[in-house]
Amino acid sequence: MQLYLPIADLPVNVFLVLAMGAAVGFVSGMFGIGGGFLMTPLLIFIGITPAVAVASVASHIAASSFSGAISYWRRRAIDPALASVLLCGGVTGTALGVWTFTQLRALGQLDLMIALSYVVLLTTVGSLMFSEGLRALMRTRRGAVPPRRTHNWIHGLPLKMRFKRSKIYLSVIPVVIVGIMIGFIGAIMGIGGGFILVPIMIYLLRVPTSTVIGTSMVLTVATMLLATMLHAVTNHLVDAVLALILMVGGVTGAQFGARAGQKIRGEQLRLLLGLLILSVGVRFVIELVIRPEDLFTIRELGVSG
Amino acid sequence: MTRALLAVVLVLLLGSAARAERLIVSVSNHRVTVTPNYSGEELVLFGSVEKDATTPADRTAYDLVVTVMGPRADMVTRRKERTFGIWINTDYRQFLQVPSYLALFANRPFDVITSPDIARRQQIGLNNVLLTQRVSGDYADVVPNDAFRSAFIRLRTQRGLYREDTSAVTFLTPTLFRTGIPLPAEVPIGTYEVEIKLFAGGAFIGKTETAFEIVKVGFEQFVATTARQNGLIYGLATAAMALMTGWMASIVFRKD
Repeated sequence: MQLYLPIADLPVNVFLVLAMGAAVGFVSGMFGIGGGFLMTPLLIFIGITPAVAVASVASHIAASSFSGAISYWRRRAIDPALASVLLCGGVTGTALGVWTFTQLRALGQLDLMIALSYVVLLTTVGSLMFSEGLRALMRTRRGAVPPRRTHNWIHGLPLKMRFKRSKIYLSVIPVVIVGIMIGFIGAIMGIGGGFILVPIMIYLLRVPTSTVIGTSMVLTVATMLLATMLHAVTNHLVDAVLALILMVGGVTGAQFGARAGQKIRGEQLRLLLGLLILSVGVRFVIELVIRPEDLFTIRELGVSG
Repeated sequence: MTRALLAVVLVLLLGSAARAERLIVSVSNHRVTVTPNYSGEELVLFGSVEKDATTPADRTAYDLVVTVMGPRADMVTRRKERTFGIWINTDYRQFLQVPSYLALFANRPFDVITSPDIARRQQIGLNNVLLTQRVSGDYADVVPNDAFRSAFIRLRTQRGLYREDTSAVTFLTPTLFRTGIPLPAEVPIGTYEVEIKLFAGGAFIGKTETAFEIVKVGFEQFVATTARQNGLIYGLATAAMALMTGWMASIVFRKD
């Protein structure tokens, strides 16, 4: 069934977009990530302009993260205190990111910057996660006891706060910095940032896995809602019809994904996510390195009249 | 001096010739509406060549070139080059106020209809249509085989937005003609100008113009204008929609 998108100005197959939303939603529910780094390239692939894709994906991520966050909340898997401290940093970071985005666009070569940061970020995070997951899997297979969690320098910082739900006693400084970082990266690259936030929270902040995904989803909902608003006000590029189709598919997929995620063991989950992120990163590398089929591209600078 | 005189004579000649035949044309639909299930359309242009007393008696066969031009826009064509092992956009050309949709139809090949000189002057064929580029502060159209120009036309043609068909116009009688105007699914919204040029024996003898418009209606129109005019409300509505959808899903799929 074809449907004409009012902002993207082209007809799309509703079932195709619905399926794409569901598939990405499943992945996002399973790993507790927004899935923007998967959705945006997919939309561009079916012919939607990158600007409209990035803007509309933000609201889709907000919806699927929100439905995920609610179910995590019911299971008491969200740490409200930790989420609000992260949010303080996240909002600041998003605002900073949008400002930098404008500056970069004025300088030109923004597309290259985005592609390069995708490559660097996805390949590093992906390979780190993959190798860590692999090691953890080997360990359990050998029946060895996992190494005891030791405190690192982060736990020596001042301004400590007790996060009851997560059962950790931690300085707010690294939490706010992480929030700023994620908000900043998210605004520039048009992603939720969950796939970076989750490992940082686990390995650096030592947040227990029980609250990590739900709490990171709260941050994703907030930053993506803010991003939707900013895109709608400044660029008028949010396609509500496209977003709605993606949302319906996404939230459905996310529910099943969340259930599937709880059946899989933690280290296997990390291994899978690492592999997924790595493959998207490699795809970006290939795109940059291999000679493109067509050396020329056209971009419209806005219709007049 | 002689050149100016020549131009005057030429204008007079062309002017008098243009009065000899009259072109009457019409498009099957002057207002194409884009609805939710729009996925491309084909318009039909039909018309006739009316002769009058001044028409030379020996003139029987006519040739026609129909040019359809969509709303104009500025566009940028970029070329990728290998730098430090990766392919990045290096050089670019800006095309100023070029048609977003361009179609040229004729009843037989352009080089048979008229001479290369007249074809260039009348902008017959994709190679001859004026596409103004900005080249380091200067405004000009370049030679047809310019790399950026040909890449631009090739990419637009691939998307079905630029086309050239020298067998699209059919003469039903020696003076009655018709042609189809195919509109792709991702058609630009706006006013389309149609120019019909008449040739006889290789000479340009007159032209007429008509137009049609492509508009969004109903829901599409509403969404598009709201997004443009009330960005804040639109953004709030989209954000609220996202939260609603997420909340609804968690209720629907609640397991207890």
